[in-house]
Amino acid sequence: MLDDVDKRLLRQLQADPSVPLTELAERSKVKVGAAARRLEKLAAQGVLKGQHMVIDWSALGYSVEVSLRFTLDKTQSTAFDEFLAAARLIPEVVAIQTFLGVVDVRLSVVAKDMAHYQKLYRDQILVLPHISELEALMHVATIKSSDSLPI
Amino acid sequence: MIEIDDIDRAILATLSRDATQSAGAVGKALNMSQPATWRRIKKLQDSGVLARRRVDLDAQKLGFGVTVFLGVKLATKGRVSLEDFERAVTAIPEVQTVQHVLGLYDYRLRVVARDVSDFERVLRRRIMTLPGVGNVEANVLLSEERCLGPL
Repeated sequence: MLDDVDKRLLRQLQADPSVPLTELAERSKVKVGAAARRLEKLAAQGVLKGQHMVIDWSALGYSVEVSLRFTLDKTQSTAFDEFLAAARLIPEVVAIQTFLGVVDVRLSVVAKDMAHYQKLYRDQILVLPHISELEALMHVATIKSSDSLPI
Repeated sequence: MIEIDDIDRAILATLSRDATQSAGAVGKALNMSQPATWRRIKKLQDSGVLARRRVDLDAQKLGFGVTVFLGVKLATKGRVSLEDFERAVTAIPEVQTVQHVLGLYDYRLRVVARDVSDFERVLRRRIMTLPGVGNVEANVLLSEERCLGPL
């Protein structure tokens, strides 16, 4: 299991992923060599999987973001697989999540404007297989997006 | 909003998968020099397209076994200040994401918890006690995948 030093390192790294190692070690109150070894170990254990850059789609002109929540027709056993395979082919889909609950699948979709969204919705979303119910939440603003774990 | 070309798109695709690569390594894969690649990355950062860096951690391995998305409808709209709700909900460490949406719900929250009983604690003590909370719908996340998006 992780000890307090590991937790401090991960907490600091989450808060500021681009911080240089020496600075990260200092903020976590651990020597640089020890910090490097610990991060390596966390990576080897699969706890620390890597880093990625988040693309701000609105900066590229995709000002519309919609959460599409689907309930699928589960009388067919292949419904999930076929739906997900088809959804992956739509370029404007930026995230796919599956759920246990009222909603089965959620797609995050970006579009340049409402006209683009409407075309996308008609031509690509509504033709997805095995949709039983579909409802849209229009994204207004992101209030918090840390995605940090409360380690 | 900025115009980007195919090389920019390739850089975005690379960095949205792995942000730890140096400008030299990214350029090499695209047959570009380190300085030229660096200038493009800088431009994408300055324009806000490359918004921020994220650390990918294995939530399960860190003891966070449950992620739940909550749809929250405020009970007494008009009487409750959105700012009060937003300030209170943002301060909850287990709440990773808060999005203001239009549709069936007013807010969409991403909540992480150690297990189902821990989630119940967060829901009862933290979420249900927020100012103005009305209807809450919960969906437990089963799987999640990020897609490349319209590049």
